[in-house]
Amino acid sequence: MNENTTNNSIGIVSYGAGNIFSLTAALDRQGISYGMVNTEADLEKYSHIIIPGVGHAGAAMQKLQQTGLVDAIKALTKPVLGICVGMQLLTSHSEEGNADLLDIVPLKTKLFDRALGIKIPHMGWNNVNFANNPLFTNVKPHAQFYFVHSYFIEYNPIFDIASVTYGNKFSAAVQKNNFFGVQFHPEKSGEAGEQLLKNFSMIR
Amino acid sequence: MLSKRIIPCLDVKDGRTVKGVNFVDLRDAGDPVELAAQYAQQGADELVFLDITATHERRKTMIEMVKAVARQLNIPFTIGGGITEIADAEALLNAGADKISINSAAVRKPKLIEELARAFGVQFVVVAVDTKHIDGKNWVHLNGGRLITELQTEDWIKQAEELGAGEILLTSMDHDGTKAGFDCDLLKKVNEMINIPIIASGGAGNMAHFTEVFQKANVDAALAASVFHYGEILIPDLKQELSKHQIPVRI
Repeated sequence: MNENTTNNSIGIVSYGAGNIFSLTAALDRQGISYGMVNTEADLEKYSHIIIPGVGHAGAAMQKLQQTGLVDAIKALTKPVLGICVGMQLLTSHSEEGNADLLDIVPLKTKLFDRALGIKIPHMGWNNVNFANNPLFTNVKPHAQFYFVHSYFIEYNPIFDIASVTYGNKFSAAVQKNNFFGVQFHPEKSGEAGEQLLKNFSMIR
Repeated sequence: MLSKRIIPCLDVKDGRTVKGVNFVDLRDAGDPVELAAQYAQQGADELVFLDITATHERRKTMIEMVKAVARQLNIPFTIGGGITEIADAEALLNAGADKISINSAAVRKPKLIEELARAFGVQFVVVAVDTKHIDGKNWVHLNGGRLITELQTEDWIKQAEELGAGEILLTSMDHDGTKAGFDCDLLKKVNEMINIPIIASGGAGNMAHFTEVFQKANVDAALAASVFHYGEILIPDLKQELSKHQIPVRI
């Protein structure tokens, strides 16, 4: 890819799972250009791809399948960022709707255990512990990000790039090769979130 | 650790914020966008906009305001007031609102909670409950406390949770406006009954009241209006104070 980062542009996979107004607003504020991905050809137009997602993981996977983009997404070699349910789609399976997902990151998405004495959903700002990863460049150590979710991705040291604790420790962010996922909402996470979006747009 | 949230509440009429706001460097205190950005800058964790518009133009004006706020704001926000059907909620979601808050409409038609939760997810649905203590019991009230219902507060909240509420915003009408502190006893009782987040509202007068409601009732968030709008409590100071008492906050 080109050294000139000003050519970078993010394609947002448009598959009808949740609202993306806040995401595009955050990209606008950061001066990051973006467009919508509706077809396989659209995937080629952008240097980076975001898979957004709010709501039910099983239903989101069905909608993604209806776009016919699944195989093309799995074959991508450019940086991809899944946000919230978009991150969960990268895993192999979710307990939500007992659904088989993209299986890019071989992990499972599980329901929080009420027996741990926690409220569900996990809603609000929580400290994220990340290691040295380009996604978190210039983010303050233990910065807080905004989470809203009832299902989580099991912690696995191979793919985990940031963890968070709520009831149990789980993955706030994962990476496998060019595929990244964040459980929190960077578009709603104040300056830390905006920095992360900017960082993603610079990853080569 | 999950932080306790501090939530300023803004009243909106015809797309403009009302109630005297006296931040020094605010050019236009009636501009919801500027006000929201100011609160976000100060460290508010979330905002609630309560629409008190009574006209038919309400929905259109509100949607424009929500879009304008969503373009600028980098923290979550909730819209309440006048939401009676799925279409209202969907329009707000598409305009960038993170959550909607329903009150009377849910009491009149409890199934609305279920419909909203199914359509948009439980995380989108805040059920606001106004309560008053009468003869040893807590009763749900509508219309800003003027209209009593036949619902006991604890029963209604439990039902709301079962129907799919993602969060409860509980306002004590006995405490609201008194600046004498939150209704910690009721909040504690309700909080121990449910398994979804609860926002305390009504009665905040000083910083100690926030410490008290988090320590005694262990609520997830505390909401206030006038103490923030009139600059009586500054959010950075409040968070420092809470932090001193080992209450987890985002600083």
